[in-house]
Amino acid sequence: MTQMTMIQAITDAMRTEMKRDDNILLFGEDVAKNGGVFRATEGLFDEFGEDRVFDTPLAESGIGGLALGLSIQDYRPVMEIQFFGFVFEAMDSVVSQLARLRYRSGGTLHAPVTIRSPFGGGVKTPELHADNLEGLFYECPGLKVVIPSNPYDAKGLLISAIRDNDPVLFLEHMKLYRSFREEVPEEAYSIELGKARIAKEGNDISIITYGAMVRASLKAAGELKKENIDAEVIDLRTISPLDVETLTSSIRKTGYAVVVQEAQKQAGIASHVIAEINDRSLLYLEAPVGRVTAPDTVFPFAGAEDVWLPNERDIIDKVKATLSF
Amino acid sequence: MHARNLEQRAENFPTLQILDEQGHLINEAAMPDISDAEMKELMRRMVYTRVWDQRALSLNRQGRLGFYAPVAGQEASMLASEFAMAKEDWLLPSYRDIPQMVWHGLPLYKAFLYSRGHYQGGQIPADVHTLTPQIIIAAQCTQTTGIALGLKKRGRKNVAFSYFGDGATSQGDFYEGLNFAGVYRVPAVFICQNNRFAISVPVEKQTAASTLAQKAVAAGIKGIQTDGMDPLAVYAAVKEARERAVSGLGPTLIENLTYRYGPHTMAGDDPTRYRTKEMTTEWEKKDPLVRFRHFLEKLGLWSGEDEERTMAEAKEDVAAALKKADQAPAQKVTDLLKLMFETPTQNIEEQLREYGGRERNLK
Repeated sequence: MTQMTMIQAITDAMRTEMKRDDNILLFGEDVAKNGGVFRATEGLFDEFGEDRVFDTPLAESGIGGLALGLSIQDYRPVMEIQFFGFVFEAMDSVVSQLARLRYRSGGTLHAPVTIRSPFGGGVKTPELHADNLEGLFYECPGLKVVIPSNPYDAKGLLISAIRDNDPVLFLEHMKLYRSFREEVPEEAYSIELGKARIAKEGNDISIITYGAMVRASLKAAGELKKENIDAEVIDLRTISPLDVETLTSSIRKTGYAVVVQEAQKQAGIASHVIAEINDRSLLYLEAPVGRVTAPDTVFPFAGAEDVWLPNERDIIDKVKATLSF
Repeated sequence: MHARNLEQRAENFPTLQILDEQGHLINEAAMPDISDAEMKELMRRMVYTRVWDQRALSLNRQGRLGFYAPVAGQEASMLASEFAMAKEDWLLPSYRDIPQMVWHGLPLYKAFLYSRGHYQGGQIPADVHTLTPQIIIAAQCTQTTGIALGLKKRGRKNVAFSYFGDGATSQGDFYEGLNFAGVYRVPAVFICQNNRFAISVPVEKQTAASTLAQKAVAAGIKGIQTDGMDPLAVYAAVKEARERAVSGLGPTLIENLTYRYGPHTMAGDDPTRYRTKEMTTEWEKKDPLVRFRHFLEKLGLWSGEDEERTMAEAKEDVAAALKKADQAPAQKVTDLLKLMFETPTQNIEEQLREYGGRERNLK
């Protein structure tokens, strides 16, 4: 065991897997000599060489096409999109091409591609760096979408993503990269994709969340505890597909739920989560499912992040409102 | 500004032509290394494909085929280029490039299943190195570079071939694919079939560039323009580009000047709205079958008997393939669900149970 930040755990996952499997290739803008704009690929170019870790021209769609072609030559591409706000340049590559390859070839071809990309607010990035766009990809058949909230999960989930024989979108919240350290095993281990984690057990209300909002929810749960409200916090970890079994059993226990996301109300996946809960557990609910989201505006100018991003206070308020419905 | 520069640039991309419209050898120096038997086989493929295209049009009208993009007129561009490929080379076709897939090894009945919209039409046999037809224009360009980079990394002496039309050269993915290919110096050949129209929009509305071949300059790679109605010119250009690619000299963009005699697709396009009769008549004089037939007849390599035998063979094969396509099982929702992932996810599992219980099968 060693203490790692989330970004160190991510680098460690890639290093571990690249040692194990020569077919893994890592590429993107500035990922090689530079080690990535966040140092996520630090040291990998020196360790594995230019044949395995290489820079690309500055064109996201081309990167996606490259990944698909390399898959067909039996490689396992780990491609990076420098900031997830730039994914629109690669929407066709990711959604129309990578995510459909297995289906459109009747199962004869597949794309074992991992798409890594940083996103998320709270670090005052310039425009279109931090946007929460995961909801767009929840709606895309053929793609799994993973969002870790801590170093331990990040490593285990990234190893699973790389080993998965279908495309996985792996979204890394920038605020979580270096905000805290955690014990992470040095050896390879994997965490099953599509499985949520109970981050904190509780009996009074289920807080369902992912990404940076997991930390905020845990803090909120700590505060609520002082007022004798025992919240259960569920970290979805994979947002597509949703682990509806874990959600269902938690809500049947607590009878109340709040879904928390950093994305705008009209975006993200909160509305999908609520629909699943209504389909499966309506008669167990004592109140409508609450949601904590950002407002329906474009992602804020850096100076307005603090008033715009959902926080622990918003979660506490929504939990209380839901419980007193 | 710089009118002279622009002229010089166009002069750098003269049209390679070997046979004239009457089938005379007008450029002996450029004559490719191709045997009599190979030329005869190429002619057979062109005639066969013309018949198949005619049959496909009428089968589409009868409702026995679905989506179909006519190919008549483009036989030299399509088939002489595929003829220069090795069996292990990779083909990345657009939706019109079904003939290359079939001559590269795809069973004809699978091409028909693709046309009808059946998942088995996308199941390419493992030893046939082609992707399924690309509907998103120019997406195949970036993928071609990916495959070619894979071939290079694996040390294979093979090449990836991309096909697309004139309209595709306006897409970002076209430039990105070529540019990445140049940077990584990969074994790729990009074949632009310039039939002068992207549905109703003439090539002059795509770009002010006087050739499409010169777009290679933007990627720093080689570009060449051919008379795409001349099978020997197309074959020579592609053969040379392939040899450059396998010797590590990098990618080439080839622009074949060609024409489609039919509509853009069989989905209601009416080419008389945007093309004059005179224009089509003019291009019919350039018919690749006519000039190659004349050339081969003079060499004693092709006869009316060969022509008729080939036509009969094509008709028989089309009928047999259609029959085989008819035998494909009706598609079920559960089939489609199973094609999504290697291991079904929680939601797919749930829907497999749901649709397995109430399979909607129209047959």
